[in-house]
Amino acid sequence: MSEKTDKTEQQRLSVFKTYKLYVGGKFPRSESGRVYEVTDSKGKWLANAPLSSRKDARDAVVAARKAFGGWSGATAYNRGQILYRVAEMLEGRKDQFVREVADAEGLSKSKAAAVVDAAIDRWVWYAGWTDKIAQVVGGGNPVAGPFFNLSTPEPTGVVTVLAPQESSFLGLVSVIAPVIATGNTVIVIASEKSPLPALSLGEVLATSDLPGGVVNVLSGKTAEIAAPLAAHQDVNAIDLAGADDELAKELEIAAADNLKRVLRPQPVDYSRTPGTERLTAFLETKTVWHPTGSLGASGSSY
Amino acid sequence: MASAFEYAPAPESRSVVDIAPSYGLFIDGEFTEAADGKVFKTVSPSTEEVLSEIAQAGEADVDRAVKAARKAFEKWSALPGSERAKYLFRIARIIQERSRELAVLETLDNGKPIKETRDADLPLVAAHFFYYAGWADKLDHAGFGANPRPLGVAGQVIPWNFPLLMLAWKIAPALATGNTVVLKPAETTPLSALFFADICRQAGLPKGVVNIIPGYGDAGAALVEHPDVNKVAFTGSTAVGKAIARQVAGTEKKVTLELGGKGANIVFDDAPIDQAVEGIVTGIFFNQGQVCCAGSRLLVQESVQDELLDSLKRRLSTLRLGDPLDKNTDIGAINSAEQLSRITSLVDQGEAEGAERWSPACELPSSGYWFAPTLFTNVTQAHTIARDEIFGPVLSVLSFRTPDEAVAKANNSQYGLSAGIWTEKGSRILAVASKLRAGVIWANTFNKFDPTSPFGGYKESGFGREGGRHGLEAYLDV
Repeated sequence: MSEKTDKTEQQRLSVFKTYKLYVGGKFPRSESGRVYEVTDSKGKWLANAPLSSRKDARDAVVAARKAFGGWSGATAYNRGQILYRVAEMLEGRKDQFVREVADAEGLSKSKAAAVVDAAIDRWVWYAGWTDKIAQVVGGGNPVAGPFFNLSTPEPTGVVTVLAPQESSFLGLVSVIAPVIATGNTVIVIASEKSPLPALSLGEVLATSDLPGGVVNVLSGKTAEIAAPLAAHQDVNAIDLAGADDELAKELEIAAADNLKRVLRPQPVDYSRTPGTERLTAFLETKTVWHPTGSLGASGSSY
Repeated sequence: MASAFEYAPAPESRSVVDIAPSYGLFIDGEFTEAADGKVFKTVSPSTEEVLSEIAQAGEADVDRAVKAARKAFEKWSALPGSERAKYLFRIARIIQERSRELAVLETLDNGKPIKETRDADLPLVAAHFFYYAGWADKLDHAGFGANPRPLGVAGQVIPWNFPLLMLAWKIAPALATGNTVVLKPAETTPLSALFFADICRQAGLPKGVVNIIPGYGDAGAALVEHPDVNKVAFTGSTAVGKAIARQVAGTEKKVTLELGGKGANIVFDDAPIDQAVEGIVTGIFFNQGQVCCAGSRLLVQESVQDELLDSLKRRLSTLRLGDPLDKNTDIGAINSAEQLSRITSLVDQGEAEGAERWSPACELPSSGYWFAPTLFTNVTQAHTIARDEIFGPVLSVLSFRTPDEAVAKANNSQYGLSAGIWTEKGSRILAVASKLRAGVIWANTFNKFDPTSPFGGYKESGFGREGGRHGLEAYLDV
């Protein structure tokens, strides 16, 4: 970079971004009007992020529930196309995410770039799962009688995800993508310390043909936002990835009130290719029976 | 309804069963007294006759049983799958050999008709052991990766509505995957589980692999809470299921819950009415309606409601209620006095809230616990009987006009276990089935079970699946 451009940049005052929540396809500020200071790994001010309230959490549930019918009813092929589109959009805005991840996690530019690459590749990986998971975990059952029956996986509904605290982008992507790949809608609570990559992801999702409400991003104090969501009667499941042991236990107890599906926190190396656990954790199995009459499925003698 | 020909009594003989006056807990391959010497009586619900006196497990007994299971786990889990398979095949065969004895026993202890224990429960019990026996040496092919590992000691708590079948659902997959078990049967129906202990002895199953500890809710809670239990499996009420979900929070225990239901049985105007009537009867009067997946909410398309109800009432008038050991009995006894009073109070509430009650002319025996098949019309979705699980022979009838309305009403429940669809139109079956939030959907049939088929609920009907390949996951470290 030449001396001259450097100088010009220094003279030009940059435009800050007001980070906002992403709820129901829109970018509201927190209903509470509160923000909190987000700093980089060295303590330098980066931005004021919204400090979400209980009301924001409840609004997000309403948005996620509203989006569930359309998203879960979309064809698996269509969901795959949209997830892939997200990867395309991410690729185009890679520099921004590299900068945010480097700031958030105190990584060198090259290391941050590797993390962002891995996150984009993960979207692509999950994009390819949407129309395959049913064949892997569902199927026809050989019933001992004149019946045909079929077990198919279906999304469990509205899922709250506590994003991992340390891995602000790769970890985030690794917990959101599988939940929506299978047709659930999600309310994600961003890493408390490093919420900016998550809030920027909201901007990407908004321009990726993903229907509003399928993913809702909240920032703020994890424990404060998670408590009403774990107790919410219209939330069907909760992924406790970003909770410490004490919070996880408290939330699991709250989740029992309407028997939410709970994925407990566990040590995960997000740089490794995941298995299908995060896909299947938020699936139900539906078995549909129908009589076949007296002949077996292949009862012809010809 | 008076018919031209009455049935002569056709009782199944009791002589095939030899019930001892008392039974101990089955721990580490031995029958033993409870640590504090407590006992309770199990009675036959149809006569209130005391069948036997049973040792009542307490906390110390739970601990002893878990220790035995832990000790046995080391060797049992190290066995080649093919050897575990052979034990399970032996058990399956012995169940088939002793099925008449077990059917009579189950009918005596539970109160359900012999027709059902003989033709439904026992064949399914044997089939479950056969099915999971075959998985024991094929776990690498079950889709959970190579060499999937067992969890350890499974604490299992089962209900009284299908005592032996629920035991099979729990024990067969647990043993096939290399776990050892401590099972607590319900306090009103402990006998078939204790007979199963004898089957384990005949099969030569190593000591401590299966432990049976009859007792009350406190024993179940102690088992769930025991720090050395790795897996909790429960079938029963949603309220207890929630308590268990709270108990295991913050632990590493894997848990599966099969809880309550309020199944919608949806009849469209093009349904074959006669078959639908049979399905409705099976759906709600099988096992006196004491079935979690019972079709307790009948949703009828308005245009065929009158015709269907006439037909249904005519059919209900032919049901025979009485001695469960009689081979022609359709409706047996309610399992316990406590359950009978729960049904009675919910039904009274239904009447008080304005629903219209109807039962066929039906004489109830003078001793035992009985409830006539009952049908409620003029039911709205706000009525308690349309929302709460009654767990008895009580059907609530609601109507609808469009498929969308049927789906909305069917899904308007905290539960999501089962549903039925009756229509001759294939596309309607598929469209409605895909929109119903329930784990098992029967189209043009109802209450069908098979060990190869996953069973379990959405929403507050619990989590996890039993049966099929899916049922293995609950007992594997995956």
